[in-house]
Amino acid sequence: MQIIKDKQIIDDSWNYISDDAELKTGNISVSLARWNKDKQQQLLHHDGKVGVRLEPSDSVDNIAEDLKKIELIELNFPAFADGRAFSHAWLLRNRYQYTGEIRATGHYMPDQVFYLSRVGINAFSLEKTEDLPAALSTLNDFTVSYQKSTN
Amino acid sequence: MYQYNEDDQTLIEERVAQFRRQTERFLKGEISDDQFRALRLMNGVYIQTHSPMLRIAGPYGLLSSKQFRKLAHIAREYDKGYCHFTTRQNIQFNWPQLERIPDILEELAGVQMHAIQTSGNCLRNTTSDHLAGVCTDELEDPRPYCEIIRQWTTLHPEFAYLPRKFKIAVSGAKLDRAATQFHDIGLHLVKNDAGEVGFQVLVGGGLGRTPIIGQVIRPYLEKKHLLSYLEAILRIYNLYGRRDNKYKARIKILVKETGLEEFTKLVEEEWLQIRDNLELSAERIEAIKAQFTPPAYDSNAAEDASFAQHQQENKAFATWVKHNTLNHRVPGYRITFLSLKAPDSPPGDMTDTQLDAVADLADQYSFGLIRSTHRQNLVFADVKQVDLFSLWQKLDALKLATPNIGTVTDMICCPGLDFCSLANAGSIGIAKEINEALDDMDYIHDIGDVKINMSGCMNGCAHQSVGHIGILGVDKKGVEWYQLTLGGSSENEAAIGERLGPAVAKDQVAKVVTTILDVYVKQRLDDESFLDMVKRVGIAPFKEEVYADN
Repeated sequence: MQIIKDKQIIDDSWNYISDDAELKTGNISVSLARWNKDKQQQLLHHDGKVGVRLEPSDSVDNIAEDLKKIELIELNFPAFADGRAFSHAWLLRNRYQYTGEIRATGHYMPDQVFYLSRVGINAFSLEKTEDLPAALSTLNDFTVSYQKSTN
Repeated sequence: MYQYNEDDQTLIEERVAQFRRQTERFLKGEISDDQFRALRLMNGVYIQTHSPMLRIAGPYGLLSSKQFRKLAHIAREYDKGYCHFTTRQNIQFNWPQLERIPDILEELAGVQMHAIQTSGNCLRNTTSDHLAGVCTDELEDPRPYCEIIRQWTTLHPEFAYLPRKFKIAVSGAKLDRAATQFHDIGLHLVKNDAGEVGFQVLVGGGLGRTPIIGQVIRPYLEKKHLLSYLEAILRIYNLYGRRDNKYKARIKILVKETGLEEFTKLVEEEWLQIRDNLELSAERIEAIKAQFTPPAYDSNAAEDASFAQHQQENKAFATWVKHNTLNHRVPGYRITFLSLKAPDSPPGDMTDTQLDAVADLADQYSFGLIRSTHRQNLVFADVKQVDLFSLWQKLDALKLATPNIGTVTDMICCPGLDFCSLANAGSIGIAKEINEALDDMDYIHDIGDVKINMSGCMNGCAHQSVGHIGILGVDKKGVEWYQLTLGGSSENEAAIGERLGPAVAKDQVAKVVTTILDVYVKQRLDDESFLDMVKRVGIAPFKEEVYADN
């Protein structure tokens, strides 16, 4: 599958492992609950890279101490109108100085990619892969802005 | 008046281009209804009963004659020849075609206007005192801060998908004419003990389904921290505001459920971590203030004697001066209201001819500027007294001189069932009936200050819960009924109206209003106002008379 990362369309190597599934080899992401449950025994010894997927109801404060060990944070959108991920991304970048990949996943619109990028999200996996070029082009929608940008 | 720089202009032009692409994709079927709904709302486009409705921002209610001419042009070319002024100082067109809205927006961008964030669950147009900069009870002009907030809110990336809409109002005067206690955030310019001017910050006020009076979250905020404090409140709201039920999603519910003390703690903790990175420099404030300097007043304006003479000779003129003009802080000038409440036209509506004519009059008599008010009228802020007589004659010919400002026929009214797809009941027709029942100007003037606010549904666009007399249209099994409240106020002594009793039928509303006014006339003490009397006697005497026959 392809995604946008750092303003380029690239092939993606990550797999999200749902809470009831067995861990796989390679680069995987898991829920916050699973991270907390399995990090000591399994995830910190995983052979690939490990990421954590945050839902809007998760608090980024709860992952703050582990950020150095996590190479990907996925901010998941169950619905496009739920804007909590925008603040989560801002907090990860500005409060916790997270420098790894932050990726928006789930049900959001290509039209939201521009704002998402401005709060610090640098990777986008879209519902429809055919929307990737359009989403990429929205990054150029505005050449001016009134607020400081995080990207 | 604030003039756009190159970046401001680029930004609104890029927004027009973006919305054009979005509209084209929707019309080609590439965006779903649900997704386009969110995108169009964030640019002021509603789908209404008959056609789309486009809401254009009137930043803190200040518009130029050039912008008025553009509105006239749009009314003529893209609509049915009129527009509507709202209670939030915005302008609405009720009949544009969706595919032509990008063209309208392009026309607006040509005169530094836009429809950005005039609806949707985002940061809305910042409103203010319509008498800012000219009234006699002002500590400091709030408009420079409104403009600073306008820029900060515009396309704010983090706060575009809030739990619900978010409205900010700023006032700098003793009398709160901006209903700041009924906004998500209300800002009051105040002096601290050291004599410095800053902001009192209120949070969690709001109207609609659950009217709540805002509470003070910070008694004094230094000006340099304005934006960081707003950002802290918004971040807490975005993270913790309820998203499970849209009727409980406004910040007022979060403040209520969290408790003011705990909510304040969350905001202050957030603020302490960000405030040093988001300071407003004194230079920035001064640069924006410089765009709101007073016009070149004539220092001899008060020497004119014709103004007094015309009032003596012409009773109709004197009556208009008494009701539709106010003292100005500069001698020889008066603040002049243009009433958009002529008895036979829908409250707040203006035709293209009126818009053009008002633009010309503004150029001739009031430095080319026009303000829209929270009660859906217009203001020429700076009229020389020597000009008032000829201005009055011209306004009268345009049906904009009904001497009813602040009276019972100066009603706030939403578009209601006639236009709005949310409405349960009509409101414009009721306004007309009330006008017909109250056709005696002397009686209206004798009644004095009575504010009737009327909404066609619980969303309360016409702020019925803070009307001295509030009228709310409800639907009962497909029939329109109306609930009345008494004693509401959006000014300093903010109050939410108390329900009079069971809802009344549509054909009874005008009669009930006249009955209420008759009770007031009979039972008032000396020069007691309607609101004071309701406070003194409660609703019982009114209730008794209104429901006497049942």
